[in-house]
Amino acid sequence: MARLKLFIPLIIFVVLAGVFWSVLQRGDYDPQALPSALIGQSVPAFSLPVLESDKTVTDKDLLGQVYLLNVWATWCITCRVEHPHLNELAQQGVRIVGLNYKDERAKALEWLNKLGTPYQFNIFDAEGKLGLDLGVYGAPETYLVDKQGIIQQKFVGMVDETVWREKLKPLYDQLSKP
Amino acid sequence: MRNLLALWLFCVAAASYAVVETYEFSDEAHRKRYQELIEELRCPKCQNQNLADSNSPIAADLRRELYRMIEQGDGDAEIKHFMVKRYGNFILYKPPVDKNTLVLWGLPFLLGLFALLFVILLRRRQNRADLPPLSAAERRRLAGILQQYR
Repeated sequence: MARLKLFIPLIIFVVLAGVFWSVLQRGDYDPQALPSALIGQSVPAFSLPVLESDKTVTDKDLLGQVYLLNVWATWCITCRVEHPHLNELAQQGVRIVGLNYKDERAKALEWLNKLGTPYQFNIFDAEGKLGLDLGVYGAPETYLVDKQGIIQQKFVGMVDETVWREKLKPLYDQLSKP
Repeated sequence: MRNLLALWLFCVAAASYAVVETYEFSDEAHRKRYQELIEELRCPKCQNQNLADSNSPIAADLRRELYRMIEQGDGDAEIKHFMVKRYGNFILYKPPVDKNTLVLWGLPFLLGLFALLFVILLRRRQNRADLPPLSAAERRRLAGILQQYR
């Protein structure tokens, strides 16, 4: 009996190791993932310049269509890798609105000229004001917004073919139904 | 003593390095609240750093926002609500008690209870008087041993 007690630490270790291992095996565990507080809520009210012109856009202008709101910047390396994927989605007819986040206008325009634009247009958020209201904590981030302007889904990180197909497309199609 | 002092200075210097920007507060109480809040709010981009420790751009933005809100006279509850609305409870190092955080808040008490139980059981066993009394020979031997060490 006293002998058995010596094994208690080992038993605890094995049990804990088993629990941790099984969580890691599950594959969907991501310590960086931050549950978005904004899912199910409206896109925050804003009034910001459009990157490509001298017009102003507000949250009201975006109502009535399902779209992806993609947060990007020229200083964001992953955005650069993500860009061709977005171009492809745009070619398939997916509506993407860009949110150019804490960036410089000239650099952003040059980027779009060089790499092509998947965006219907870009909201130019130089100070990161809308980004802050959206709870953006790194780029790229992509929000799926419905016709009523409600955020239905959020994805942090690069949207590629797999992410689109598995995480965003089903909901996008469902919301787009008339 | 001098070494300790040096160590202390080293630690303090490292801590004040972490935050780059400085803000001028209109009120000493504001400054204190700012310090407390940047200790208690977690940087959303980092795995385990508070706003005071992190030099990521988002942490800098949130510090600026925090400064603005404090100077504007917002209360702590209001500020935390503002942060939680955007980043969820992730941003609070002291999240509210709900079904997700019950284990987090409850575990220390539970473990404390276990420890108490353990100590009580241990004491009980020590106090148990079920050992047979010493025989006359044993008592003589014991006296002899004690004599040696007197």
